Amino acid sequence: MCGIAGLIWKGGKKSNVGSELTSMLQALKHRGPDSTGFALYGTATPDDFIMRFITAEQEALKKGFIIHKEVEQREEEVEARIKELGAVIKDQKAPTEYAHRYQFSYDGDLHRLIDYVEDVDGVEVMSVGRALELIKDLGDSKTVSEQYKLGNFDGTHAIGHTRMATESDVDIRSAHPYWAYPFNDVSVVHNGQLTNYWTHRRDLERRGHRFMSTCDSELIAVYIADRIDHGDDLETAMRSSVDYLDGVFSYVVATSDQLGMAKDVMAAKPMVVYESDEFVGLASEEIAIRSIFPREIDTMDPYEGEVLVWQV
Amino acid sequence: MAGLSKSDSSHKSHDMGMHDEQLTGRTQQMYFSPSEDENFEHAYAYDVDFSKATEFDCADLSTTDINIKIRNLMKEGYGTINIINPMGKHALGVGILNRLNLTFEGSLGYFACGLIDGPNVHINGRVGWSCAENMLAGTVIIEKNAGSLFGAAIRGGDLVCKGRAGARVGIDQKGGTIIVGGDVGAFTGFMMQRGRMIILGDARENLGDSMYDGTIYLAGKAKSLGVDAVEAELTELDIRYLKGKLALYGMEAPNGIENITKISSGKQLWNYDNLEPTEKKLVL
Repeated sequence: MCGIAGLIWKGGKKSNVGSELTSMLQALKHRGPDSTGFALYGTATPDDFIMRFITAEQEALKKGFIIHKEVEQREEEVEARIKELGAVIKDQKAPTEYAHRYQFSYDGDLHRLIDYVEDVDGVEVMSVGRALELIKDLGDSKTVSEQYKLGNFDGTHAIGHTRMATESDVDIRSAHPYWAYPFNDVSVVHNGQLTNYWTHRRDLERRGHRFMSTCDSELIAVYIADRIDHGDDLETAMRSSVDYLDGVFSYVVATSDQLGMAKDVMAAKPMVVYESDEFVGLASEEIAIRSIFPREIDTMDPYEGEVLVWQV
Repeated sequence: MAGLSKSDSSHKSHDMGMHDEQLTGRTQQMYFSPSEDENFEHAYAYDVDFSKATEFDCADLSTTDINIKIRNLMKEGYGTINIINPMGKHALGVGILNRLNLTFEGSLGYFACGLIDGPNVHINGRVGWSCAENMLAGTVIIEKNAGSLFGAAIRGGDLVCKGRAGARVGIDQKGGTIIVGGDVGAFTGFMMQRGRMIILGDARENLGDSMYDGTIYLAGKAKSLGVDAVEAELTELDIRYLKGKLALYGMEAPNGIENITKISSGKQLWNYDNLEPTEKKLVL
């Protein structure tokens, strides 16, 4: 079933999007308690990149003792490789044993750096960006939010996802949001099933794109990345995705300064939109938006095949 | 009647003791004996007094608690109940099987007022997906927008949305009337079987797709009609019906009732008694 949510403060206003999205996703917990993911857009660091990566899946850490040593070695290897390419690491944080956040400055080929880091066995890069921080883990919204201390994350916009795994495994790799590798700050959350996933995946892989999981939703992130690579803006890319993707879906995309949503041509998956002069909130159910706005609000359901994009 | 003998109740299995066992466990079935004092009423239908009014705030109550509270109030004879702060919760006001004046001061989530038979519900807000699903009788009036699957499979009563509604309005409608003041989404009236639908705004793709029967009145324009949905002639009787129905809820057709388009089934998909090609061969 899955629940998705997104929010954006217009006119560059900043708010505690971390706690706002946490309560929105907690209200959607009944749509899927398997895993929860956040893509938060904070204050942009114009000179630095923020990279979030994991060195192992939770599942792997439960099995055996050697793995704990291995994840340490993996992190050391990642650090060494980043330094080797000439990047300057300015900050290192580890919210959990396996999840890391690096802030570094780098002016070389970012694509190559990401590939080099991911080449380390067991390492997956969640996101790289100037403003984007992508956090996903098993458990409900509150659990993940507390684990990663998202309670006071100031930013302009955010998207999130609570997952009921239907098409692939319950692990961090298959959790949403998906980052549109290798593009800075582009992330996607999706509710639904895509039926032409394999056809398009094979096609995109031949053209050099990378798929980390077998989750059908990743196709949207990769496709959007491909279209942006071809020079499309976000809205054009999303409009063409409605024809390109087959199946049922409602999805939300965010870039460093935009937030967009699209619905399939059957309008089979839910989405509720609330828009005021300073704020836009969207979610699978109104109850999520109401969790941050306790007053009565006017909301609407977008129609089939509709694409909406908002600017920060 | 050769070869037929009376069924033998003293079957072998009875001798083996297989039918003596007392079955245990819980059941939700209710058993009735149609004696006069039971009056053939619904189970859980209460006799209420409209002049007995009450109000409660449900902000801190769970869905189950709210629905139980409504039932307990009806048991006590309250016929007018006003509920404040529903906060978009799902499945509120469901399964009410008697007359009742129920008002929600705020928006409801999914499956609002489903499976009802008789109450007059007024919602001063919005509703999510599948509002009044399978409603049998009564009225539900929504002041703002409605989500998709509005009035799915309703069998009777009047369901009114004064704003716009989402996709698949009145899917599988089997009776009653659905009135939408604004636009409706794709596949409205999909597989409709009976009843009437009045849409005062525009409709999107595939209006009335595969409808078996029933009537759709459309004041605006449809992006496209579905398979086997055809325009029909608006008769004097239709106009009289529409005038009365819309006046009842204080609604008006934007271009006048005379310019409403009537859509009904072309009945080209009615192949119930036709044989499949393979079956034909067998018969011949």
